[in-house]
Amino acid sequence: MAKELWKGNEAVAEAAVRAGCKCFFGYPITPQNEIPEYMSARLPQVGGVFIQSESELAAINMVYGAAASGVRAMTSSSSPGISLKQEGISAMCSGELPGVVVNMMRGGPGLGTIQPSQCDYFQATRGGGNGDYRTIVLAPCNIQEAVDMTQEAFDLADLYRMPVMILGDGMIGQMMEPIEWHDIPKRELPPKDWAASGRKGRDHSNFITSLRIDAPDSEQFNRSLEAKYKRIAEKETRWAEQDTEGCEILLVAYGTPARIAQSAAEELEAKGIRAGLFRPQTVWPFPSKRLAEIAAQESVKAILVVEMSLGQMLEDVQLAVEGAKPVRFYGRVGGMVPSVEEIADEAEKVLREVR
Amino acid sequence: MKKQITISGFGGQGVMSIGKSLVEAAVAEGLHATWVPSYGPEMRGGTANCEVVLSEEPVGSPVFTYPTELIAMNLPSLVKFEPFVTAGGTIFVNSSIIDEKVKRTDVRAVYVPCDTIADELGNKKVSNMVMLGAYIAATGALRTETIRQMLAHMFTGPKAKLVELNMQALEKGAQCLEG
Repeated sequence: MAKELWKGNEAVAEAAVRAGCKCFFGYPITPQNEIPEYMSARLPQVGGVFIQSESELAAINMVYGAAASGVRAMTSSSSPGISLKQEGISAMCSGELPGVVVNMMRGGPGLGTIQPSQCDYFQATRGGGNGDYRTIVLAPCNIQEAVDMTQEAFDLADLYRMPVMILGDGMIGQMMEPIEWHDIPKRELPPKDWAASGRKGRDHSNFITSLRIDAPDSEQFNRSLEAKYKRIAEKETRWAEQDTEGCEILLVAYGTPARIAQSAAEELEAKGIRAGLFRPQTVWPFPSKRLAEIAAQESVKAILVVEMSLGQMLEDVQLAVEGAKPVRFYGRVGGMVPSVEEIADEAEKVLREVR
Repeated sequence: MKKQITISGFGGQGVMSIGKSLVEAAVAEGLHATWVPSYGPEMRGGTANCEVVLSEEPVGSPVFTYPTELIAMNLPSLVKFEPFVTAGGTIFVNSSIIDEKVKRTDVRAVYVPCDTIADELGNKKVSNMVMLGAYIAATGALRTETIRQMLAHMFTGPKAKLVELNMQALEKGAQCLEG
């Protein structure tokens, strides 16, 4: 199929439509405005519904409602807006409702800046709302991956009956790049016989709630979530790696910094330094096992984590490596993007220190 | 072949559009390409720039510190980015509104009176296409024919006459490289 040039945000929106998304609810915020803009024109063409809600809180609760009726629904925002959606995401996890949430991260805290950032990693992977819950968090590093992951996110959401987050950043949203539209392998999905979409002759009403006031019931429900999250960790953990066999320094990055780190690794290789790149594609579940295996190689002298944050995924890397090797960090924050040269220089500095 | 191009100017000069045209043509020719806009809190008449990578290999970093080519549509852009152009690279200067010369001696300087030529063609809006013509002629990175096909695809119906105007702008820009 021919390559087409797409802007990240618009590509994500089109991917959602191709995945059967029928409802979009959102409130404008830079740098993701092209998603609602595109949806406002596109969804009516496929019999879908676009609503610019009165607030982010309303948007996520509209997703809750649409999902409860069995329809594929999504919302998108950027960091401060995603903060406002946390209550609804927690409620969707409790109501076991599928939905897709896109976060094109910008600098924080607070209203922060409109430039790219990865400062919501903790919020995305630890659960920004209340309760013992997880969301599957997919972290694309280019527009092709953003498109493929968005399409798959709807299947994952339906399969596990939970919100799935696409964790991008302002650069992925704003940049343009050629992509190919693939047919994403379809998963076998269970029927949505739980949906509150009419009784249809059943002997019971479908009731969706996030309140389980009886403690033993509530514990049992939490245990069922725990079992589900374990299943997901076993089956859905994903990563990509490049030149990790026998590498001396291992760069670990996701999203935009991962592709910058890839160029840095190539620069290091040109200088005769064996640099590998490990790139989590799911940041929850985090690919700890494979990362630990790579780190355990005798050749690996140090690990350098690169993020557009003060060091958030860093903690997952430290947990995975368990002190087996020195783990160092390089980050830019507040909307600044690390350069190829900065990452390569830092890697060389780290190697000098540990040798 | 790998080109890292910074295109910079006032908002409204069509700098984003030069970048998009380059990327679109590159994709049509089977190259890998990325386009990253500056999307800061700019005001009308403020500065705007985009970073374009064209490559035979898949593009790693879409952003870079050192461009192989700089297209400066106004003076602040030349002042800001001239020091970063790689040695042996090329700086394209919109000499209609930039009086200063390129100070570096280790880069090639190409002066293109974009706005003057666009005025002569009767449409100020094509000044960016004049620059694009100069870029293509100087670097040989893309084929003019690819751009023509793109334009024919973009301007249809009542706008079809704009194809010829834009092609003339490209040719005039290319002629700045002669002699």
